[in-house]
Amino acid sequence: MAGKTLFDKIWDSHVVRTEPDGTTLLYIDRQLVHEVTSPQAFEGLKLAGRRPRRSAATLAVPDHNVPTTDRRLGIVDHVSALQIQTLEDNCKDFGIALFNMSDIRQGIVHVIGPEQGFTLPGTTIVCGDSHTSTHGAFGALAFGIGTSEVEHVLATQCLVQKRPKTMEIRVDGTLSERCSAKDIILAIIGKIGTAGGTGYVIEYTGSAIHALSMEGRMTLCNMSIEGGARAGMVAPDEKTIAYIKGRPLAPKGDLFEMAVQGWGQLKTDTDAKYDVTVTLEAEQIAPQVSWGTNPGMVLGVDQNIPDPRTMSDEKTKNATERALAYMGLSPNMPITGIAIDKVFIGSCTNSRIEDLRLAASFAKGKKVAKTVQAMVVPGSGLVKQQAETEGLDRVFREAGFEWREAGCSMCLAMNADVLKPGERCASTSNRNFEGRQGAGGRTHLVSPAMAVAAAIEGHFVDIRHWS
Amino acid sequence: MERFTTLTGLVAPLDRVNVDTDQVIPKQFLKTIKRTGLREGLFFDWRKLKDGSPDPSFFLNQPRYQGATILLTRDNFGCGSSREHAPWALLDQGFRCIIAPSFADIFYNNCFQNGILPVVLKAEEVLPLIKDVTDTEGYRLTVDLHHQTVTTPKGTTFRFEIDPFRRDCLYRGLDAIGLTLQHEDAIAAYESRRKAEAPWLFSDIHP
Ligand code: SF4
Repeated sequence: MAGKTLFDKIWDSHVVRTEPDGTTLLYIDRQLVHEVTSPQAFEGLKLAGRRPRRSAATLAVPDHNVPTTDRRLGIVDHVSALQIQTLEDNCKDFGIALFNMSDIRQGIVHVIGPEQGFTLPGTTIVCGDSHTSTHGAFGALAFGIGTSEVEHVLATQCLVQKRPKTMEIRVDGTLSERCSAKDIILAIIGKIGTAGGTGYVIEYTGSAIHALSMEGRMTLCNMSIEGGARAGMVAPDEKTIAYIKGRPLAPKGDLFEMAVQGWGQLKTDTDAKYDVTVTLEAEQIAPQVSWGTNPGMVLGVDQNIPDPRTMSDEKTKNATERALAYMGLSPNMPITGIAIDKVFIGSCTNSRIEDLRLAASFAKGKKVAKTVQAMVVPGSGLVKQQAETEGLDRVFREAGFEWREAGCSMCLAMNADVLKPGERCASTSNRNFEGRQGAGGRTHLVSPAMAVAAAIEGHFVDIRHWS
Repeated sequence: MERFTTLTGLVAPLDRVNVDTDQVIPKQFLKTIKRTGLREGLFFDWRKLKDGSPDPSFFLNQPRYQGATILLTRDNFGCGSSREHAPWALLDQGFRCIIAPSFADIFYNNCFQNGILPVVLKAEEVLPLIKDVTDTEGYRLTVDLHHQTVTTPKGTTFRFEIDPFRRDCLYRGLDAIGLTLQHEDAIAAYESRRKAEAPWLFSDIHP
């Protein structure tokens, strides 16, 4: 019998039953819930007179709508306030644990899952949010679902799924200095395209991946969805176990020992086969900057904006023309020549403590350019607290960055943090779609180090050679 | 959920690749706690000009596409955010079927949950159809779920693939949760087996 991939092992251990056409009823170990994609799911339960099957397998937090300014002032936008209140009411009615807005543990759903030890290797994790792929960093099968499926999981603890195919993305070698997990994943998406992973679960392998910290792996897996894959994963190792140990919701004592033993099996067998393998060399990866209106439109910072006139494929040519028009960029200009108005350091991709430490190390003793407004939004209340203990908030403030409360903030601009039409932002988030950070706003996706350097210089610079 | 059997309907073309769900319905419409009334947000940023007035060149603003029930579009439709508000808004506008060369996974799933049939045809089939739709006012297609076919007014028929399980659920308009709940015994058996193997997964997570 051929060996199994990491994905196969997790999938097979969660099959409840299979239909003749292969459609599978898959058991879901854990669900995360936020305010935007859950109200209709709870309403559905109520209308049908159903109760959650295992409310203790679910954790809820408001993150998308929360203000990142002083919370004591409440939420000005009453529609947002109602959505957050609805989440609180539903959690109370259905017995679901919730970190509310004033709880220090509140934060972006994909930051707090790992932070609390809710995210564990070998589990199936879902959330009504496409960036649930983040949790795959722990060797979990974690993927985003729609609201009807949120309701389905609440009611049954199961989901109806078709078995996806497997894709190995192997990155060997050593990253250039100051390049990070964000540059790896942007380079991957640049290579496979935004639909390259559709229908696949990705396993990231290779020496450059295993060299990443847990937080780096989260950044990597986070953007799997931007390559079209619903899930991405990294096999757990000693770093994974060290990260989980002692977290509030992680297993304790004998249970922990037992769990660690089980997690030891969670790796792809040497004789297992993936459906596809893609390889990259870490040395070849430059600091990445997206120039267009989807995350696959990305290049190394040392390159020039593409020229649609040189493109033969009609589809690519039209999409490039459209993107350049929206982004207000001209063909062949160097990426380092792009001046920016705003900088956003945050989001479930890059708002954890390591991201902030790194960003602060580049900001220290410098000043944000006069033409730029820059903000740092920690991923959770606990990240914020930790950063303040380390004095990072002071470094940022002294350099001229705004220091905010935790939440999604300008990643999708559902709260008051919004780009104005035409404004250009260097952002550590994950989506540069038209209008994502505000109608008419222009987003360039970059790593935290690149974002800080851009804030200080007022335009993109090659962080490898920046002093 | 409304069942889907056959549909003969007016077709509206959206000749763009990689249409993401942020475009289908932007964030400001996600603050709702309802599933209905989302049509006003559908393609919101594309529907209007800079001054806020309707853009006459956008297909949804053109009289000839009013009442369309089939959306014909291009590769990787529905990528990005998992927001089910996207199919809710399309449904609220009247679309029951979306035809494209490929769809993003989450969006594709979400369609089935809402009685919308996503049909995958080959790019070589979709491109000429987009041309025909644009050239011919009142262009209608017939979509037959049972036979898995799309038929043009001239009688050309294209076959599409779909998982039998999904097809049957949509064809019969079944309540997906009700269906899963019929397997209560299997779920309970799974849970007790799993609890013995991996007890740490069943400790109460209440913080
Ligand atoms: S930070 Fe951005 S991408 Fe992440 S969950 Fe929030 S809105 Fe979604």
